[in-house]
This record gives sequence, structure tokens and C-alpha cells, in this order.
Amino acid sequence: MKYRILVTLKPGVLDPQGKAIHHALEGLGFDGVEDVRAGKLIELEVADSVGQPEIEEMCRKLLANTVIENFRIEAAEPARA
Amino acid sequence: MQSAVIVFPGSNCDRDLATAIELVTGRAPTMVWHRESELPAGTGLIAVPGGFSYGDYLRSGAIAARSPVMQAVKAAAERGVPVLGICNGFQILTETGLLPGALMRNAGIRFVGRDVALTVENSQSIFTSRYEAAEQVTFPVAHHDGNYSADADTLDRLEGDGRVAFRYAEEVNGSARNIAGILNAAGNVLGMMPHPERAVEGAHGRTDGRRLFEGLLEAVA
Repeated sequence: MKYRILVTLKPGVLDPQGKAIHHALEGLGFDGVEDVRAGKLIELEVADSVGQPEIEEMCRKLLANTVIENFRIEAAEPARA
Repeated sequence: MQSAVIVFPGSNCDRDLATAIELVTGRAPTMVWHRESELPAGTGLIAVPGGFSYGDYLRSGAIAARSPVMQAVKAAAERGVPVLGICNGFQILTETGLLPGALMRNAGIRFVGRDVALTVENSQSIFTSRYEAAEQVTFPVAHHDGNYSADADTLDRLEGDGRVAFRYAEEVNGSARNIAGILNAAGNVLGMMPHPERAVEGAHGRTDGRRLFEGLLEAVA
């Protein structure tokens, strides 16, 4: 079973990397970009016995720093029959 | 005084820190590898050094904070053993939850490596007793992720409780309220981005950092 974990900065937390990307896009002549926020994508391949609650625990304990980051878990493929 | 310096793969200030501690206390610290699950018996001071533990993978300090030795450091801190985290050490202490907030990428994106002026905000702690209140000191900084961030309530609490130990006297990295170093509620844990261990002897060009270790020695001995 494959999961995708999307880790993003909480709203309101300053994102210097997003800002730098934004500037670079403007430098390339892409107008109309209003905001850029950079985050992380982590892919987990886990045994079928590992459930969503465990994935959430992994996120809270290590994959995201919940002081500054939010996380979202997506099943990347349906569970094997 | 029996002290311990924690060493992670990627630590690079561990020997500087050990040299500073030995210079002031007269006793070399025990270097404790990250895989150890116990600290030497009688450890009276724990120092978590700067560097790039685990290559800063995931987040600065994130993986080091989950290493076996940090569970022992956490338990010791909760018993009241003084813990000093410098630079990556500060990042590790926030990641373990021993200190609030987080250290994010510098607001200017760039790595900052230079001497900076700091104001001593709290001169009553075991780490800062040898400084005068509001004294200005100069320590080197060398970091990419030193932008201290916490929610407004946490910042107000830190300020109100005198837990801001050092503040930048100039703009350095975008830190909230120019915070350079903070204490835990009990006052036995200090995390700071600047490097006092790089300012302890004449050859360093400045010695402002030496009094931090002298104060600690006095407090712990």
C-alpha cells in the first residue's frame, strides 16, 4: 500500500523558500503569480497491516513538525484485494 | 564537573564545544554517540553541539531529536540537569519538545556566517549569571535555519516569563522578536543559535562566550 504525505507550512507561517521561488518566477517573466508556498512530499510504501491511524502517528511524531507544519495523507493507490 | 557532549553523524562543533568546556571546567567532557541510550552516571551538564546532524534531512534537527540518546537527554533535562543546545543543538532541542517553537529557514534565504551583536535579556539564569542585564556581547553565528518562529501566545509567554536569554541587537535571520536564545520554563535548558564556544579564548578574537561556561561551572559545581 502506498501513501503520499503532503507536508505544508501552516497558513501565516513565513515561507522564505516560497518567496524566493516567487521572485524567480517573476524574474522569468511569469506575471500573475499571487503567492507561492513550498512544502514536502513524502511517499510511504507500507504493509497492508499498517492503517491510517499509524500513518497519522508517523506524521505527528516525525514527518511533520506540527508547530509550523500541517500534513495531509493521501492513499496513492487502492489497497490490494 | 562531569559533562557530556552529544555527537551525531554530521555534528561539526562537538570538538569546539568540548574544548571550551574543558578550558573552563578543567575537565574534558565525555563524548556521547547518538546511538547510546544512557548518559554517563553523574553527568552534571549536557551540551548538544552545532553542525548538520543527519545532513539536516527532513528538517534541521528532526532526526537527531528522535535518536536514542536524545531520549536520555530529555529524561535528564526533566530531572533538572542543565542542557545547553547551540545552533543545530537548539534546533534539536525544539524538535524534541524541550523548548517551544521552531527554527525555520533564514528570512533572507542565505546562510549567515559572521559576528553578531546580542543583548543579554536575562542575566539571572544559570547560563547567563556572569553577564550584566542588557549587556551587549558579540558571538559568531553560522546557520541557515535560525529564523525562530512560534505563535504569538508562546512568544508573549517567553517574554513575560523572562525566558528570552539572548536577543539579536541587529537583524540577522528574521527571527520573531529578534530572539537568539531561549530558556525552558524550569530554566535548566538553554537553546541558542549563536556560538559562545567560538568566543572563549584570545585566538578566537573575542572571549564574550567564556562567561557562559564560567557561570555554568559555578552553578553546577
